[in-house]
Amino acid sequence: MSLLKVKNLEKQFGGLKAISDLSFSVPENIIFSIIGPNGAGKTTLFNLLTNIYKPSAGSIFFKDKEITGLPPFKIARLGISRTFQNLQVFLNMSAIENVMVGCHLRSRTGLLASALRLPSVIQEEKEVRRMAEEALHFCGLSEYKDRPAAGLPYGLLKKLEVARSLASKPKLLLMDEPAAGLNDTETQELCQLIKRICESGITVLLVEHNMSLVMEISQRVLVLNYGRLLAEGPPEQIQKNPDVIAAYLGE
Amino acid sequence: MDQLLQFLISGLTVGSIYALVALGFSIIYNASDVVNFAQGEFVMIGAMSAIFLMKAGLSYPFAALLAIAITAGVGLALEKFAIEPAKNATVVSTIIITIGASIFLRGAALLIWGKEIYGLPPFTSNNPIKIGNATILPQNLWVMMGTAVTVLAVKYFFDRTRMGKAILACSYNKKAAYLVGIDVKKMLLVAYGLSAALGSAAGLLVTPITFMSYGAGVMLGLKGFCAAILGGMGNSMGAVLGGILLGIVETVGAGFISSGYKDAIAFFVILLVLFVKPSGILGKGETERV
Amino acid sequence: MKRLAGFAIFAAVCLLLPVIFPDNYYVTVVGLTIFLNITLAVSLNLLMGYAGQISLGHAAFFGLGAYSSAILTIKYGLNPWLAMILGAVLVICLSYVLSRPILRLKGHYLAMATLGLGIIVHIFFVQADELTGGPDGITGLPTLSLFGVAIDSDIKWYFVLCSYMLLSVLFSLNIADSRAGRALSAVHGSEIAAQMMGIDTAKVKSHIFVFSALMAALAGSLFAHQQDFVSPESFSFFFSIELVTMVVLGGLGSTFGAVLGAFILSILPEVLIVFEDFEVLVFGLILMVIMIFLPEGLFVSLKNRAAMMLSKRGIGS
Ligand SMILES: Nc1ncnc2c1ncn2[C@@H]1O[C@H](COP(=O)(O)OP(=O)(O)OP(=O)(O)O)[C@@H](O)[C@H]1O
Ligand SMILES: [Mg+2]
Repeated sequence: MSLLKVKNLEKQFGGLKAISDLSFSVPENIIFSIIGPNGAGKTTLFNLLTNIYKPSAGSIFFKDKEITGLPPFKIARLGISRTFQNLQVFLNMSAIENVMVGCHLRSRTGLLASALRLPSVIQEEKEVRRMAEEALHFCGLSEYKDRPAAGLPYGLLKKLEVARSLASKPKLLLMDEPAAGLNDTETQELCQLIKRICESGITVLLVEHNMSLVMEISQRVLVLNYGRLLAEGPPEQIQKNPDVIAAYLGE
Repeated sequence: MDQLLQFLISGLTVGSIYALVALGFSIIYNASDVVNFAQGEFVMIGAMSAIFLMKAGLSYPFAALLAIAITAGVGLALEKFAIEPAKNATVVSTIIITIGASIFLRGAALLIWGKEIYGLPPFTSNNPIKIGNATILPQNLWVMMGTAVTVLAVKYFFDRTRMGKAILACSYNKKAAYLVGIDVKKMLLVAYGLSAALGSAAGLLVTPITFMSYGAGVMLGLKGFCAAILGGMGNSMGAVLGGILLGIVETVGAGFISSGYKDAIAFFVILLVLFVKPSGILGKGETERV
Repeated sequence: MKRLAGFAIFAAVCLLLPVIFPDNYYVTVVGLTIFLNITLAVSLNLLMGYAGQISLGHAAFFGLGAYSSAILTIKYGLNPWLAMILGAVLVICLSYVLSRPILRLKGHYLAMATLGLGIIVHIFFVQADELTGGPDGITGLPTLSLFGVAIDSDIKWYFVLCSYMLLSVLFSLNIADSRAGRALSAVHGSEIAAQMMGIDTAKVKSHIFVFSALMAALAGSLFAHQQDFVSPESFSFFFSIELVTMVVLGGLGSTFGAVLGAFILSILPEVLIVFEDFEVLVFGLILMVIMIFLPEGLFVSLKNRAAMMLSKRGIGS
């Protein structure tokens, strides 16, 4: 069964078609990469999948349930999470608080109960903190947990976004250029992290410009060019595809 | 019908004033992304300066010109001492800074000019002109004409002059403007000075009709803000259109409902606009990129 | 319990002051204003400081609470507590209905909408004179009594208003440190990311708007009974701005910042009274200077500076 299915998706910005007639499906438990030159529409695709942009046409299915047009928070509730190319860390909080927000869906206290600080709230608060620590540990961020997010370097903020997403226990994780701006060691660590995420049972949809990373860890690769699907298949096949080579050389 | 015509005449008159204030708003907003809550104080300072310069013995035209210059100076000072030092301020911060500036200017006006209400004589003899059963005062005509000329001059400035274009360039992209050699700091100063001058012009035009006191700028400023939003924030001609529309809607509404609710009508209209189409009549919506 | 140590000290000081200085004008008279202002500032801070949603019309809800109490008790002879509850229900409904369309807006648009709301409500207080007594307002509210004790002296009011203030501070501290509070901060930090974490941001904003309006409305009811008088002047646009100033002065997003800001701004008129006409000028100047040079607010800046000094000393020893 495919976890995510996209059918004839289309997005128009004024006169520009950022995504045209795109269909593909993502099987469960793999690392599925989306590559393409700058401006190919990769981020736009992520924004469509999470309904931050409304599609102009087409439909999206998650676990065979149609999710087109559902508000982002409902999509998140179904088990889709993402990181952002333009970081969207909560800079007004500490690292662990960022990740605790990620646990939002796994806890339930409302405003009134919080204001009154009922005993159940105290209990849940402990539980949430534990879950957040676990996610931080998974991403190797334990030592930074009480640091204000605003003071962390870029590379750590990228990891923090991953930890925050993982804390929500998603089935599908969309990662938008997680390696951009990282040095070689950091990229290697990231590579291991993504593999471990996939091993833990989370399907990863990866947008990335770092080709060696993509080819090393992906089971399938989809190539976008000018918003259209150029090719899709296992990495070895994609590397040899003449259309793909032409698109990248023509850049 | 006559009554409606009469309302339209007064609506167009207040609307012209709102238009000038709104234009001032949008110039500053364009140049610096700041909504200047002290815009209404410019109107007050312009009028009060002229009043007191005349009391000091200056002739009307000379007092008016000097008042505009003084107000422009206040605008420059506002940019220099309140906006420029707060470089990376958030939207909320700039809102509060300009609110602070407006309270400060009002406080200064109170100290200098006291709490009394003053007027200015009409520009020319004020014999009402009959149009059917409605009447129009020459000063109403002065307001409309004055506004029209000023708006056209501002439009010319931004469309045709190097400096006007440079200010617009700053509003699109500060960094790029800086890189092509535009003196961004200076352009901001010019924008604030110009906007203050526009406010003072509005004050000079309207005071012969409505009187002026140290606190009268607040409501005018807020209405100008309403007008700017109605027209589409950051769209100068939208601001003018918004001002005139707001003046007419408000006057007609007050005439047919109740004059006590005049200000409430204006804000009610703005709430509706914000709920239905926050980008205003001529504005474009934008999406956040992530 | 370390979490509430600061609160415990604060509460103890507030409750002990009138015992130590029973006849001090600043404690028993100015104190009442301070407590009301603290409550209002703390409630506004929930919305502005935590959730990052500016409101230039908070005085409207304070006024609606006050007028509900005055009108329902005097014109309709209702029991004061019942009137207070009905006023609260009215404000809950009104703020809930308005919250969604208003809080969809951001930045300047949100400022304009809340400002407009505040002005419309104020004009209503002035104009609907059959109901509200117009510019003259309404006097002669019945005495409020609690557990059979009539609250009829400054000192009794001191404890009532102090308790309500402490309750609001406690609620605010609790919320800050909870799932709901983090959701608010998330909305403040990045609305899109908050949504991707499963937070229904529209709902979160709407709830805190209503909660904060409710706190203000109850403060309004108490204010009306304590003053025995309501008039539109107390709920003008300028008072809304003053509340914003309190929150910003102390430090957006900090409960004790709001407390400090409210304290300073309530004391200020008493201090500035010698300068009379200078008050407006000085008020505007404070607002500008703080925002330009201490954008984090007094409390937060002081706290950070103290923390820095402590850590430096730690390194030195
Ligand atoms: N909100 C928007 N409004 C208008 N155009 C947009 C918007 N978002 C994206 N675009 C346009 O859509 C096209 C695809 O952009 P997108 O950001 O999806 O590219 P990308 O593949 O993620 O590129 P990169 O590798 O540089 O991140 C671009 O031409 C971009 O300018
Ligand atoms: Mg992208």
